Amino acid sequence: MTMLKMVVCIKQVPMVSELPWDSRTGTLKREIAEGMMNPACKHALEAALRIKHEHGGHITVITMGPPMAAEVLYEALTLGADRGILLTDKQMAGADTLITSFTIARAIEKECPEFDLVICGSQTSDSETAQVGPQLAEELKIPSAAYIESLECWGETIRMKRLSDDFLETLEMDLPGLVTITTRHFHPRYATLSGLEEAFQFSDITILSAEDLGLSPDCIGMKASPTRILDVFSITAEKENYVMKGAVKKILEEVFEKFGDKISSAMGKDLKTHEHSD
Amino acid sequence: MKKTGKEIWVFGDYRNYFRNRVTLQLLAKATDLAKKAGNPVCAVIFGSNIKEYVNEYIAHGAEKVYVMDHISLKGYNVETYVILMEMLAKKYKPEMVLVGATCFGREFAPRVAKRLATGLTADCVDLEMNDDGLLLQTAPAFGGNLLAKIITPIHKPQMATVRPGVFKELPHDYQATGEVITVPIPKKLPENRVRLISSRHESARINKIEDAKIVVCGGRGMGSKQKFRKLYALAELLGGEVGATRPVVYSNWADHDSLIGQAGRQIKPLLLLSFGISGAIQHTAALIDAKFIIAVNKNPDAPMMKMADVAIVADANQVCSAMIREIKKRIRE
Ligand SMILES: Cc1cc2nc3c(=O)[nH]c(=O)nc-3n(C[C@H](O)[C@H](O)[C@H](O)COP(=O)(O)OP(=O)(O)OC[C@H]3O[C@@H](n4cnc5c(N)ncnc54)[C@H](O)[C@@H]3O)c2cc1C
Repeated sequence: MTMLKMVVCIKQVPMVSELPWDSRTGTLKREIAEGMMNPACKHALEAALRIKHEHGGHITVITMGPPMAAEVLYEALTLGADRGILLTDKQMAGADTLITSFTIARAIEKECPEFDLVICGSQTSDSETAQVGPQLAEELKIPSAAYIESLECWGETIRMKRLSDDFLETLEMDLPGLVTITTRHFHPRYATLSGLEEAFQFSDITILSAEDLGLSPDCIGMKASPTRILDVFSITAEKENYVMKGAVKKILEEVFEKFGDKISSAMGKDLKTHEHSD
Repeated sequence: MKKTGKEIWVFGDYRNYFRNRVTLQLLAKATDLAKKAGNPVCAVIFGSNIKEYVNEYIAHGAEKVYVMDHISLKGYNVETYVILMEMLAKKYKPEMVLVGATCFGREFAPRVAKRLATGLTADCVDLEMNDDGLLLQTAPAFGGNLLAKIITPIHKPQMATVRPGVFKELPHDYQATGEVITVPIPKKLPENRVRLISSRHESARINKIEDAKIVVCGGRGMGSKQKFRKLYALAELLGGEVGATRPVVYSNWADHDSLIGQAGRQIKPLLLLSFGISGAIQHTAALIDAKFIIAVNKNPDAPMMKMADVAIVADANQVCSAMIREIKKRIRE
């Protein structure tokens, strides 16, 4: 079997769920956000690493983002990727999924024209749209399959499994192709600190701007994106509610006394609302 | 009278029909959107032997149904359906295309949007029509309790996906009539580059949580995986299902299938018990249809507490344990 040339697309995302809230404004304290590799992208990289370890192969990791996003490339190189590409340019900022996939596709065509397999995370934790992978495949005019849980290489084709709307599907795809990987299997390995230090010192990362890719500012970034954010607002779905505090035992007695009927009717079972009734 | 305005299309996603009502829900929303400018509401459906769905869509609000019915379309193949949708959209030029955010829809819609070079907003929680005929797409915005209103001002069609359960379907109208436009499939469809080798209905992993009458939902405030397990005991006593927030799922305290919210499932229980959950919009967007909510949180100002019918200011673990004890005592055998 020939060794696969793989491209793994990864994204740096803020550690959103670990962030504390600013209770005054009700927003996340984003300024102290640290970046991390998006969880599904970690799984995508793991899938590539397993193929490489089993059959050999070459892995290029590619990311688009601010200069700081190079961090996730170093992490990937530490884990066993061979080459990193950072697409960074102020003009690229604010791209929606259509334009993001356009930009990444041009970079892949320029830097890895011979690729066999592109692997993406199925979605990112900071937007969850799951759109970039499938759109990237369209842009590269290659076949694709989303939400893949496991895969096997069979030479010119790959075999994949996924759960799609309650159907467990086995699919076969011709290469070159693209898959997006979920977080169900392919549990990622972790980078060691010493490995990271080494990567920072010795790795080779290619940094590309819009100009390097030959892209005019009119076809990238926010400017070129068809969707526009009109307005951002917060909702406060406040209800007229019943607030209870104090000793837990007391609270629960009151809950059953006052709202026991709601609980028992939802259960479809009769409950004693008073502890000592009958 | 036949309407002449620009069409609103709903993609007919009928796989798993009885569980998946999202197409009917979107037809209802499209009917609502169409009131302002009198747009015709249309469904688009591909497959083999699909007449019954065509009739269903008409009974649920479609005034027109574009149908491609052919044995070769039986496999529900994403790539083929993308090609057909592109073809139809280029020919008939709909103003809007709405797609249910099922697994299929979430793969299908972005590819169609790419081929039509237009915008697509994922996971809308509300859709409105403004005075200029633009679709105002409300979707949870990055982090915090924020919603964004998004438009696609220039490119056509305007496209959006919506999760199952966000909108409500219209009642079945047996009297409704609609125009059926049968479109022949192209003579030469390209070879499938992705082939379905096997497909099995996987009932084990089907989560009953969407239909559960009682859901016990836990968040990071439960403290640990071990403490989180108590929620399963409580749910079992109540005859309900366990749901979880994203940090809980990420920490492996609960399975990904129990994730409730934008990235997970939509629920509509009669009774929701919420333990140690802050109530970020990405989570609460999935709870709009919960009838009665009891929330437990140490912080009385958490948004989850504000949207609850009963807000218990206490330790989530203690309340969970006490509730288990109390219910055991009160169940009449
Ligand atoms: C694009 C995107 C999509 C997302 N999709 C989802 C989704 O589908 N589902 C989802 O859930 N989240 C989703 N999130 C994450 C979401 O924004 C929140 O981060 C998440 O819901 C918070 O989970 P939580 O309430 O468990 O944790 P936290 O926000 O950390 O809240 C924990 C709560 O527990 C309380 N608490 C702490 N200790 C105790 C105690 N001992 N007793 C009682 N209460 C206590 C605290 O006061 C706090 O209110 C998404 C985020 C993004 C950006």
